[in-house]
Amino acid sequence: MGTSIVLAIFVTAVATYISRFLGVLSSEKIKETSKIFRWFNCLAYSTLAALIARMIVFPVGALSEVDYLIRFIVILLSILIFYFTRKNVVYPTVFSAIILTFLKGYF
Amino acid sequence: MINTKYFIKGFKSVKGIDSPAFALGASLIALGALFKNLGFSIQQSFFSTFFTYALPGQVVMAESMLVGASLLNIFIAVWLVNVRLYPMTVSLMPLLMHESQPRWKYYLFSHFIAVSAWIIMKSNYEKIEKQNRIDFWLGIGVATWSIAIISTLIGYFASDYLNNEMMVGLAIVNPIYFTCLMIGAMKALQVTFSIILGAILGPAFYFISPEWCILYGGFIAGTIGYFIGGKSGN
Repeated sequence: MGTSIVLAIFVTAVATYISRFLGVLSSEKIKETSKIFRWFNCLAYSTLAALIARMIVFPVGALSEVDYLIRFIVILLSILIFYFTRKNVVYPTVFSAIILTFLKGYF
Repeated sequence: MINTKYFIKGFKSVKGIDSPAFALGASLIALGALFKNLGFSIQQSFFSTFFTYALPGQVVMAESMLVGASLLNIFIAVWLVNVRLYPMTVSLMPLLMHESQPRWKYYLFSHFIAVSAWIIMKSNYEKIEKQNRIDFWLGIGVATWSIAIISTLIGYFASDYLNNEMMVGLAIVNPIYFTCLMIGAMKALQVTFSIILGAILGPAFYFISPEWCILYGGFIAGTIGYFIGGKSGN
């Protein structure tokens, strides 16, 4: 088991660094004023949004035990708090953990 | 070799009311606890965050090991979930590259590309002269990376004291934090369209392919966002 964990960590690190390495390699030929740079900027944001949405809608681990409805209520309330606190990210973040724990225990 | 003034400036930029330290720390505490429960040693938990430093990929590795996946399957699953780092790198590095800086810096310091550091850098790069941006980036990267490593260790040691409710609470912090950051980044039309479409298409493609949904959804959403946003005058 010990050896397989070490190998899994190594494989994970390599699989992750490949994208970073290839990103730097590609960047050497891309100017920040070019259209392709702006396209990649869109891809970066859209891919992140896709990942975050997947983490919420189809979570793995502890969050998967929480009902869909509760998850969406927490997201919605957190976004509202984000706007009410003039786009401060700390308040909705802290609030989300508290309200989720409360709702999960209550329902 | 490293301009310490800009390194420290970057390092300090993770402080403040909008600091990612809380969300990043909470997520990695949960990861450290997960590693402990899966039978990782403290050294293995440390080196996982040290060498990978990409939470979703580390979670995928842990989940894959739980179901007895092969190393090849782990490699593919991690690559697919972390492939977002490629467009993130391409959309950041041209802003940092300067002829006066050696190339190795960009390849080595790209290790710090992760959502928290990336968003901080994207919000601050215009305030820094181009030749100093890579050292500023190093400061941000080392700060967020250190938070991640220390939090993993805290989670590992605290796992016996974290009940299920606390783990659930910690698990929601990261998606909420990034959701708020994404909404905050929606200023230009291209980016706004890309984020909204990505949030819809990512989960939508999950029904077709759970493994490839981030790549498919992100690629199509970003491309549509680029063209629609461009036609709308950005």
